[in-house]
Amino acid sequence: MLRKIRIILAAVFFIAITVMFLDPTGSIYKCFGWTAKLQFLPAVLGLNLIVIIITVIAALLFGRVYCSVICPLGVLQDIISNISGRRKGKKNRFTSSKEIKWLRYGVWALFVAAIIFGVQAFVSILAPYSAYGRIINAMKHPALPTVIVAAVTLVVIAVLAWRNGRTYCNTICPVGTTLSFFSRFAMFRPVIDTEKCKDCKVCEKRCKASCIDIAEHKVDYTRCVACFNCIDNCKFDAVHYRFAWGKCGKKTVAAPAADDTADTGRRAFMTGAALAIGAAALKAQEVPKRDGGFAEILPKVNPERTELLTPFGSKSVKDFYSRCTACQLCVSQCPNNVLKPSTDLMHFMQPYMTYTDGYCRPECTICSQVCPAGAIEPLTKEEKTSFHIGVAVLDRRLCVAHTDHIDCGNCARHCPTGAITMVTHHEGLPLIPTVDEAKCIGCGACENLCPARPVSAIYVNGLSVHRQD
Amino acid sequence: MENNNISRRDFLKDVGIGTVALGAAAAGCSPKGSRKDDSQAGKMELRTNPATGDKVSLLGYGCMRWRMKRDENGRQVIDQDNVNELVDYAMAHGVNYYDTSPAYLQGQSEEAAGIALSRYPRKDYYIATKLSNFGVFSREGTQEMYYKSFEQLRTDYFDYYLLHAIGRGGIPAFNERYVDNDIMSFLLAEREAGRIRQLGFSFHGMQSDFDDLMKLYDKYHWDFVQIEMNYMDWKHADPRQNTNAAYLYEELDKREIPITVMEPLLGGRLARVPENVSNLMKTRDPDATVASWAFRFVGSHPRVLTALSGMTYMENLVENVNTFSDFKPMNEEELEFMDQLAGLMAEYPMINCNNCQYCMPCPYGVDIPGIFMHYNSIVTEGKMPLNKEQREFRKLRRNYLTTYSKAIESLRQADHCIGCHQCIEHCPQSISIPEELQRIDQYIEKLKQDTL
Repeated sequence: MLRKIRIILAAVFFIAITVMFLDPTGSIYKCFGWTAKLQFLPAVLGLNLIVIIITVIAALLFGRVYCSVICPLGVLQDIISNISGRRKGKKNRFTSSKEIKWLRYGVWALFVAAIIFGVQAFVSILAPYSAYGRIINAMKHPALPTVIVAAVTLVVIAVLAWRNGRTYCNTICPVGTTLSFFSRFAMFRPVIDTEKCKDCKVCEKRCKASCIDIAEHKVDYTRCVACFNCIDNCKFDAVHYRFAWGKCGKKTVAAPAADDTADTGRRAFMTGAALAIGAAALKAQEVPKRDGGFAEILPKVNPERTELLTPFGSKSVKDFYSRCTACQLCVSQCPNNVLKPSTDLMHFMQPYMTYTDGYCRPECTICSQVCPAGAIEPLTKEEKTSFHIGVAVLDRRLCVAHTDHIDCGNCARHCPTGAITMVTHHEGLPLIPTVDEAKCIGCGACENLCPARPVSAIYVNGLSVHRQD
Repeated sequence: MENNNISRRDFLKDVGIGTVALGAAAAGCSPKGSRKDDSQAGKMELRTNPATGDKVSLLGYGCMRWRMKRDENGRQVIDQDNVNELVDYAMAHGVNYYDTSPAYLQGQSEEAAGIALSRYPRKDYYIATKLSNFGVFSREGTQEMYYKSFEQLRTDYFDYYLLHAIGRGGIPAFNERYVDNDIMSFLLAEREAGRIRQLGFSFHGMQSDFDDLMKLYDKYHWDFVQIEMNYMDWKHADPRQNTNAAYLYEELDKREIPITVMEPLLGGRLARVPENVSNLMKTRDPDATVASWAFRFVGSHPRVLTALSGMTYMENLVENVNTFSDFKPMNEEELEFMDQLAGLMAEYPMINCNNCQYCMPCPYGVDIPGIFMHYNSIVTEGKMPLNKEQREFRKLRRNYLTTYSKAIESLRQADHCIGCHQCIEHCPQSISIPEELQRIDQYIEKLKQDTL
């Protein structure tokens, strides 16, 4: 009975999260967004006290139900393990094992240190919910680095789960280890009734956490994920989920820290290349006009920004990258292709913001609505325009007014805050744009719609701390 | 080949085999060209060019809208198999006038037409091509284009040769392309030599531009003129940019100059009309297709030698062959009816784009005709979101935005128009393309931000 309830709840969470990631309509998060908000590590990094308290209390009351129900990576392992167990003769395939303490607490200590010292790549890679998010997002938006990271994660998880059930959760997963500090004192836990137990070891062999030791009639509650397989499979009614009060545990807190500066290396080179391409295209000759078809348009390259851009609602670059757990839910939901997974080691798999394929549209606040880590705090449309995340700057040499002598003004026409004014620069030459820094919010409409390619003549530098009017 | 097909059809008809059996036979055993023989029974309407005695089919094939596909290098190329199949069907059903240009279909139209047509005896079809020397004004460059057309079309003479799209810009523009470089006298000599059997021009422009060209008649003796004519342009052409076809027709008829007609269907716009208009058509004749009204209107004018239709799909071709076989001209009352329909149609705020692709490629990547086509289809379907009070506004808004993003990839949408105005000179309809694009862009921006 308990096992069935667990499976149903797990299915609800697992499907909801997966569907939300894959959702092409950008509306399902309104129904299922809470499943992401309940994820523990994002809540810790986002200092979402309510979720932290709920999770800790749940662990103190019922053990690590979180790992069996809420964590999608945990449920994914159960699914894989279940399929493995359906093979002939593999039903009772687990054996009791000892906790690998040095690895488990070693990884946990490194993880906490990584959070404190801002080694985000390490944090992101191990974070269970985020790892799952990246696997799903890699299917939705396949790009080589994300697919590689997701594939490696998936293979490691799948192999471990196929062979030994919840090995990852009980030796590596930092969330599992954290919850184990509380679950060891859980009020309700599976207890073996030594009077009824016939030492048949079915429960031990069915325990995917390998935490039941029938020889001693003991359960390691730090590793038990409260899946209730032992209870449902005991023919002698010897295992019960019952009240067994322990002592209080300790609590972990994360202190974020990160440092973000971007060097200005490639910029000069790219500018030069763009100038050369522009000049070559300019040379007009007597070419017969052919009707139809599309001109080839060079893809835009991300300019070297003096400071990174982070989404509206993230308050500062530091806040954003120290809280983000790289689940990529925002990446999967961004309808304008502005958020993409970073391959930069400092922010590995965390999103970075770029206007090469779109810009941050004024009416959209989806990333702020879905972020479970509080890295992007919820905003309304009205609030969004009061934030400044960056400032546009112009590289006059690349502007088509200069390269093609065309009166363009596309940036000014599309600036949602009217921050761009076209002015005369040289008598007789087309007008060039100027930016009113006070009005510019950094949305990137100008950069994205700038006809200069591959580097936009007008582009946005991030603000390390976002300004609010 | 043509004779074979026709005789076989006649034979089958004589023996009294029904259309069903005929269709089955065609599908089962005919190699090409007769795929849909069941659709047609009568003879293609032929018009005689009094100067040459040419028997020209009233349905002409416009080689401007054939289907393109991507080759292994990702380049857009004409689907030649498809073209061959279409031409086979057309030839088998008496379509003998093929109109192309060195500019059409990214410069591939002439060659594709040449490949398809050269499989038939040269005397069985008439070739019309053009001197499309846009952006080429030198005598050498222009002559090179002229000679290349022979090669592409695999022929040593042109039946009909047109100065492509003149009128706009008046006499100065005409002089720049044909007189200052002495090409006009070259062409007259070529006509004398028989390599150009008939010399004419295709016209786009205002009434005064046309009058100017007619004044040159004594000098050049235009053998024929190609005009844009359909029931909308008959009296509802925009006088700031174009001329009513009624006027053009009358002027040419007066001089007994044969007329070839382009855009009888306005690039398909007259095959897909607003509901109130199509309802009137269907009420009057439930069996007639919407497009057939437009074609019959054009064909009902006796000075018209041929009406060109750029048939992309076999279905278009079969339908048009039906319309022009055993052709029934409209009576006075029907012409009056078309006039009424045109009045109704003129109420709809459409953009005058016929998807001719002359403006393309836009150097900044904008899909100009695609954006206009989408806009027009929304107008035609009566699905334009206007304001929040409108019934089903949310649904219309969502429909507009999703169909737009599906039809036009984001890189090619209206917000990428920078207003360089390079397209303007290419548009035969003189649409203020950048202004229209920016108007649509602003409208879409309001839709997206929900501030309409």
